Amino acid sequence: MTRVVPLRRPWLWLGSAAVLVVAALLGLSIWRNPNIQHDVIVQFQFAPAILQGLRTTVVLALLAAVIGAVLGVLLAVMRLSPSPILRLASGFYTWLLRGTPLLVQILIWGNLALLFEHLGPFRTNDVLTPFVASVIALGLNEGAYMAEIVRAGIIAVDRGQNDAALALGMSHPLTMRRIILPQALRVILPPAGNQFISLLKATSLVSVIAGGDLLTASENISSANLHTIELMLVATFWYLMLTTITSVGQHFVERRLGKTGVGMHAAH
Amino acid sequence: MPLIESAPALPMVRAVGVHKRYRREEVLKGIDLEVASGEVLCLIGPSGSGKSTFLRCINHLEKIDAGRVYVDGELVGYREGGDCLFEMHPREVCRQRADIGMVFQRFNLFPHLTALENVIEAPLRVRREPRPQAIQRARALLERVGLREKADAYPSRLSGGQQQRVAIARALAMRPKLMLFDEPTSALDPELVGEVLNVMRGLADDGMTMIVVTHEMAFARDAGDTVAFMDGGVIVESGAPGEILANPRHERTRAFLSRVIGARP
Repeated sequence: MTRVVPLRRPWLWLGSAAVLVVAALLGLSIWRNPNIQHDVIVQFQFAPAILQGLRTTVVLALLAAVIGAVLGVLLAVMRLSPSPILRLASGFYTWLLRGTPLLVQILIWGNLALLFEHLGPFRTNDVLTPFVASVIALGLNEGAYMAEIVRAGIIAVDRGQNDAALALGMSHPLTMRRIILPQALRVILPPAGNQFISLLKATSLVSVIAGGDLLTASENISSANLHTIELMLVATFWYLMLTTITSVGQHFVERRLGKTGVGMHAAH
Repeated sequence: MPLIESAPALPMVRAVGVHKRYRREEVLKGIDLEVASGEVLCLIGPSGSGKSTFLRCINHLEKIDAGRVYVDGELVGYREGGDCLFEMHPREVCRQRADIGMVFQRFNLFPHLTALENVIEAPLRVRREPRPQAIQRARALLERVGLREKADAYPSRLSGGQQQRVAIARALAMRPKLMLFDEPTSALDPELVGEVLNVMRGLADDGMTMIVVTHEMAFARDAGDTVAFMDGGVIVESGAPGEILANPRHERTRAFLSRVIGARP
């Protein structure tokens, strides 16, 4: 009987070995580094102030994601509407909020009292607490990105789907809700998942207006005890936990959607 | 007791001078047509002649630029007032469309719903039928098109012929008084054409009013009551299938038929 001899690939082995060595050295240089006090990391990893910041980060991200999703669908539908005014308004919104740094937007919302002392009957600083300003800034910015993602999803749905639904006597909103958006969701979900991971990390920017998030909490502690790197590592751990959980969740949701056997175009 | 006199039979579809323009190009240049209740009209003609566009005007998927379309005596998509036509509220247009079934060349089943869910969607959401009743009727319709055991299959698991039969069942679930078929077998593999045409023949035998845009001359000949030949946005001639297909009066019809059939029948 003949034997199959696999091709020898020495470079593959050499490259893999090199990667392992570099990784080991990098790990050692942090682990054995005399400038890092590991007990400080251990001390603060589960400190109440850090956990409080973590909670704020999660709540911020979730609120901003909900605002962003609702706003995104609204802006996308406006962008695809027959009215040129609505199209223009949606386009302008996206242009403005995607075209300026999020950090700048956060600073503007956080300092809005300098522009308007009162919002209606209220003092601006009473209504627009750092947390509220953070939610608004992140949510509005998220909406602009979600609008593009949702629009791409809607456009990806075959035009014939719209025809078929209308021909059955379904109204435009009903068609959108029952036929178009559920199919668009398959296209929307992967980029929306990435967008949420970006958002989780972008919440750290609100530390510039003392938004009370994880990074704000870490910085508050490190500015007192000067263990900057240790507290950044504490924050890094939690950010990685959050993004990892999100990625795993995204994977499962996508697999579940895939299982229903939905093809974007009917098979012939 | 006096006998109730039946009203003179209204045509199910009446088109008067229908014009349709895309940008500069005039696709329909004045279509006049009548289809009696229970009649099967086959629309034939070269591609680009406006057949499909005209079909889409009948249920107002396309707005028309001039003329009128009546279905069951009711003006489609507009309301007459004085010497003006007022565009209808979308709700009214939906109500009219609900009574007109349509079957598409590319099936257009909803891929995220099973065959059964495809069929019950509009009865549930548009007609607001109770769910058990809609399901029972959908199963009967799927049985009628020979797909009883495929009720829970998603469209991607069905062959083209099966998908098109589900699409017919979906349209029938709304109890339409008129069925429009837009080249229902053109996207099918040749061996699957027969199963769809058989379902359509059954419908025709049951007395459904049908307008069928088709390239299947055999179907037009034995299932059609009338054949209309369209070319360049007008109906060139129409009449009984035997006449039109065997003895066309116009040169354009003759040229078209010799192209699709190869030799004159």
